[in-house]
Amino acid sequence: MTLPIAGQTAAGRATEATVSDVVIRFAGDSGDGMQLTGTQFTNTSALIGNDLSTLPDFPAEIRAPAGTLAGVSGFQVRIADHDIHTPGDAPDVLIAMNPAALKANLRDLKDNGVIIVNTDEFSPRNLKRAGYEANPLEDDSLNAFRLYRVGLTTMTRRALEDSPLDVRSKDRCKNFLALGMVYWLFSRPLESTIDWLRVKFKRRPEIAEANVKVMKAGWNFCDITDAFQVRYDVEPAKLEPGIYRSIHGNSALAIGLVAASRRSGLPLFLGAYPITPASDVLHELATYKHFGVTTYQAEDEIAAVCSAIGASFGGSLGVTCSSGPGIALKAEGINLAVMVELPLVICDIQRGGPSTGLPTKTEQADLLQVMFGRNNESPVPVIAASSPADCFDTALEAVRLATTYMTPVILLSDGYIANGAEPWRIPQVEELPDLRVDFHQTADGFMPYMRDENSLARPWAIPGTPGLEHRIGGLEKEDVTGNVNYEPDNHDYMVRLRAEKVARIANELPDIEVDGPESGKLLVLGWGSTLGAITGAVNQARADGITVSRAHLKHINPFPRNLGDVLDRFERVLAPEMNLGQLALLLRARYLKDIETYSKVEGKPFTRDDILHRIEAMAGGPN
Amino acid sequence: MPTTEAPALTRKDFQSDQEVRWCPGCGDYAILAAVQQVFPELGIPRENFVIVSGIGCSSRFPYYMNTYGFHSIHGRAPAVATGLKMTRPDLDVWVVTGDGDALSIGGNHLIHTLRRNVNIKILLFNNRVYGLTKGQYSPTSELGKRTKSTPHGSVDFPFNPLNVAIGAGATFVARSVDVFIPHLKSVLKRAAAHKGSALVEVMQNCNIYNDKAFGALTDKAGRQQNGLYLEHGQPLVFGDDKDKGLRFTGTDFEVVKLGNGMTADDCLVWDEKHANPSLAFQMASISTGDGLGDYPVPLGVLRAVDAPTYDAGVIDQIEQVSTARPQTLDQLIHGTDTWTVDAGGKVHRGAN
Repeated sequence: MTLPIAGQTAAGRATEATVSDVVIRFAGDSGDGMQLTGTQFTNTSALIGNDLSTLPDFPAEIRAPAGTLAGVSGFQVRIADHDIHTPGDAPDVLIAMNPAALKANLRDLKDNGVIIVNTDEFSPRNLKRAGYEANPLEDDSLNAFRLYRVGLTTMTRRALEDSPLDVRSKDRCKNFLALGMVYWLFSRPLESTIDWLRVKFKRRPEIAEANVKVMKAGWNFCDITDAFQVRYDVEPAKLEPGIYRSIHGNSALAIGLVAASRRSGLPLFLGAYPITPASDVLHELATYKHFGVTTYQAEDEIAAVCSAIGASFGGSLGVTCSSGPGIALKAEGINLAVMVELPLVICDIQRGGPSTGLPTKTEQADLLQVMFGRNNESPVPVIAASSPADCFDTALEAVRLATTYMTPVILLSDGYIANGAEPWRIPQVEELPDLRVDFHQTADGFMPYMRDENSLARPWAIPGTPGLEHRIGGLEKEDVTGNVNYEPDNHDYMVRLRAEKVARIANELPDIEVDGPESGKLLVLGWGSTLGAITGAVNQARADGITVSRAHLKHINPFPRNLGDVLDRFERVLAPEMNLGQLALLLRARYLKDIETYSKVEGKPFTRDDILHRIEAMAGGPN
Repeated sequence: MPTTEAPALTRKDFQSDQEVRWCPGCGDYAILAAVQQVFPELGIPRENFVIVSGIGCSSRFPYYMNTYGFHSIHGRAPAVATGLKMTRPDLDVWVVTGDGDALSIGGNHLIHTLRRNVNIKILLFNNRVYGLTKGQYSPTSELGKRTKSTPHGSVDFPFNPLNVAIGAGATFVARSVDVFIPHLKSVLKRAAAHKGSALVEVMQNCNIYNDKAFGALTDKAGRQQNGLYLEHGQPLVFGDDKDKGLRFTGTDFEVVKLGNGMTADDCLVWDEKHANPSLAFQMASISTGDGLGDYPVPLGVLRAVDAPTYDAGVIDQIEQVSTARPQTLDQLIHGTDTWTVDAGGKVHRGAN
């Protein structure tokens, strides 16, 4: 869909048009406040009741040289009056705060899309920095778009003539001028952002008021001039009744861990070392001390995981959170938890790699790392979150598995859903799973490696319990007694026992559900954050007359029991992954079934159309 | 409520049923015996002791103690112990480590644990060699040491563990020797009583790969001639019949012969509580610990100062914030900005 171009009414006023779906991208220097501006637009739209999805995209450098392509920070938000699954393939509207932002984002913009540029930044120097040989505002290179030239900096200074702020501080308000304009253009109220500014700058009211004034100036500028010929509205989405909030994946993960702590009765301990894009989980949990949460910024990734293991030994819910490079460092610690059979949740917020790779970009290429990246036979359950809000449920599931089976559990998320936001229908606390845990208490007959016959879990006997003094460690254990043991038969048995314990989880997992026909020519199978793009593509393909089914994995180790049957019911299986086919490798090995990989490793999520085109090619047109 | 006096614990209560598998003649046996004698005297229920170790000969220690124990991974014991102590302040957490475990692969965890002043006790068994991997040089091996990995002699400058600890800001730093049983026990008791990180270096003989590394200190003559037994508030005197002392010239320590007008009053009075750690650092520097230099080997407590512990600070903050900001899980999940979709599909701001 493209935004309609209606002419002005006779009175010179803009006409109003209702659209069902719009994608807006805010882009500027990394110091221009684009993430904040985009977040405000998102929150306001959420409160209106739109369905929404966001895609922040920022450079790894905190402040790359101003005006350069490397320093461009973007925030894309899609709002709709219906259920949506992705932040949109291409923007309808681009707000470009400088030439570099225009250049870096123009190729994504839809034909006839709206561009709002800050003309004040289009100086010869800035044009040169962005690599423009000629000023694109003055040639015909932007003819395919609807270009709106606005002197954002000039207008901001003018609006703040009476403000006590210095010029530099005044100029920093210009993103709110742009926000005010976009609020007008999409008929959004200003109140929630005004409320937010006044809380955020409670101690600096002059800053809050300057931003409010500038935002209103942007809004009024649009309202009283004929800058825009059309004004749009996006009606609320028809969401299921309930109470909603907008939530980012990392925030949902943090809150989910607190909820799991409360539901299990175990105090939460997070050992972490700062790393993009996982640090927000540490930041957020550090503010939840009033839920008994202990956060520990350790000296390194290794200490982070080891401290969490120590906390688990003492009867806390030990959690560590990192990204791929940090997970690599934690491998030995995770293997210790495998051997001592203590609950531990390891969150891997995947980013582009290998090595330092693309710290702020997204990928799902750590799957084989978390499956196999430890010495020897080291079975660990692996589960993956599929959307920002799903991180909440996935956190609870990770804790359930860890405590039920006395095992480390790996939770996979990625930069896309960690930083992306969507509306979340808030669950009732009493509907959350009951995760209560009983520590072993009776000394009579106690052996540290005796087992529950169903789950094969060993008892969790915590220090401070009289009569249960025992020793655990990384050396091979004798079955039942837990004494150090080097016997060949015992080792063989224990290796198989640890594998069996994890494999048995499948016995109580729900079957994987197929969306669409239960059998047929084509199944699109995904895991993790590709859910939105796959769902959008499959729905569109069906609307276009293609018969296609879809399924999505949350549990990757072990797989749901019926997965092999499901794969066998389809002639072809397509697995889109932001890696070179890691899930496909696991599936082929396990089920001897050919899986067709669709890879994309650009540090960016799949677009809906990426997958749609692949489905079309495989289906050979409507059938 | 009537209370029942728990029966007094004995050394036997701390002996596990596991066969001790150190080499015959290893210094670790003596240290194990000393710890098993000291623990019953600390007035702490047995179930509240936890011994955490890393990897190496010394790190087998927890298996032989009938307490809670955790034989973790190489170098990481302080990290495991920190997580445990932060969440279980009621426990008495001890780390047993060696020179390779603590100062090589685990150096980072050691210094950060000491700097934070986590309330755990760290026993560093220093035998100046890698024993479990069969005889490579360690970060405390002396220059020129010939081992399997340094056939032409080590050119690798060693650490002095006490200086590492003092430099890292440790609030309690002490040294004893495996075979000096009464001295070792008294140092262990001092460490146990300290609130905060306590590092005790125990010079320990590896009779297989580095026999008599501390022979000049531990043989019959060396004990008196080469041991400087530090005592808080007492002058620094040592030697046979306490015939020698240490003066502080203002920049250096100087060994003086007592007599001929020179008395103990001319020697520096040891102050383990001195706020500035530089004197303790300088004291640690006078000897590498083997008793072969011009100076005696400082033994006993080099530094013992009071400072807030990290774990107490963390717990205090949790308690303060919990009192100041009570919130239900339901409130947390809702956050600050909600909207409601009612049964008719109408949307309004807020939660109802």
